[in-house]
Amino acid sequence: MAIDRRDFLRITGLSLGAGALYRVAPALAGELAPGDLARSQRAAHGEAVTPFSFVQLSDTHVGFSGPPNPTGAAAFERAVAMVNALSPRPDLILFTGDLTHDSETPGEPAARMRRFKEIAARLQVAEQHAVPGEHDAGLDGGALFREFFGETSSAFDHKGVHFIGLDNVSRARPEVGPAQLAWLKQDLARFPKTAPIVLFTHRPLFDLKPEWEWFTRDGDAVMNLLEPYENVTVLYGHIHREDVHQVGPVRHLAARSLVFAFPDPALVADKKPIAFSAEHPFRNLGLRVVRAGPGKAPRPAALSIDEVELTMREHSGTEGFAQLLRPTSL
Amino acid sequence: MNSTASPLRWIAAAALALATLAVVRGAQAEPPTVVAISARRFEFSPAEVTLERGQPVVLRLTSLDVTHGFYSKQLGLDELIEPGKVLEVPLTPGEAGRFTIICDHFCGAGHGNMKMVVVVK
Repeated sequence: MAIDRRDFLRITGLSLGAGALYRVAPALAGELAPGDLARSQRAAHGEAVTPFSFVQLSDTHVGFSGPPNPTGAAAFERAVAMVNALSPRPDLILFTGDLTHDSETPGEPAARMRRFKEIAARLQVAEQHAVPGEHDAGLDGGALFREFFGETSSAFDHKGVHFIGLDNVSRARPEVGPAQLAWLKQDLARFPKTAPIVLFTHRPLFDLKPEWEWFTRDGDAVMNLLEPYENVTVLYGHIHREDVHQVGPVRHLAARSLVFAFPDPALVADKKPIAFSAEHPFRNLGLRVVRAGPGKAPRPAALSIDEVELTMREHSGTEGFAQLLRPTSL
Repeated sequence: MNSTASPLRWIAAAALALATLAVVRGAQAEPPTVVAISARRFEFSPAEVTLERGQPVVLRLTSLDVTHGFYSKQLGLDELIEPGKVLEVPLTPGEAGRFTIICDHFCGAGHGNMKMVVVVK
């Protein structure tokens, strides 16, 4: 299971120019020596979880330009620079959909996917995985996404953690569909109930706000398949704001976007982007750094989550649209 | 003459007459109101309709361009409106309130805000 914040919460703050980095750190297993823990975990669960970090980037919407964000892909490019400055470097990147903003101009969707790949290629992290958002795959069933990025759903293992990328957009409606549910069931069956699992997808798998299309029609079916597993974390995007929601043992974490933010649906009636601020052009945008490591026995893994709001360049110490337009020295 | 059977015959005849009258009146009952709703990127028209609680209506749904969803969990609505077809959906609102129906079939850049409101009084 992901960390129990009440028992293990520790917050430190660092100032980076106009922004701040908050870190929530788990207490690691204290009873066993690290080597003993690794051996016992390997015996119980297969590959041991050795510490590593990864980054979730979401909703870059490359190609979008409008009043909520007139800066194009500047936030995405800034996020790339911030990821490249992380130490230690993350092992992998997860993109949770809406990589591009849809267009019906012939040739433009492909051009936007190429542009996305150009920016993503600057990440000094070789292993990158993506699931589509509805803006990437909703109009053509994911055909173009597959040309550029491969299958819309996938699964892989990394240092003892099983990752599952789930597609809940390509069927045009917010759903996973029976074929993918069958694939998910088959995939999960390979793992013990205590295996650390990170599932990444685009839309929320629960009814967060159906009136804003923040849900998945067969999300309950997905959650029923995950229910027996004790150590599942779901990372998703789509809602352009942070959110934390617990369903049984599963924690669902929505990420900030890299284009514009939506408000809290509990506070407003209309789904309208938060207005752009020339003084703070990256306000409410951000990325997520996840550190995985051995958990406190009997849990095989713990995830430490850093929610990082985008900042301007560290050396400037100031924010602003004007600064954004100055040539970068990085 | 059988004095016991005669009142029973009258009662039976009266009951039959009443039943017949009910069937005839039922056949002549007002058909449910038809509410025409059209969908096109990225709006429903009308954007808001008002219905009476417990009063059956028929929603006549059409699309002017592409396939749209017509979804409201609270109202029990879950349809696909395909262009070139007319879809008739019976609805009897069970409770008063304000309900949102969304397009849940991705139809383009403005899809995320394609919705209409049903007010039930």
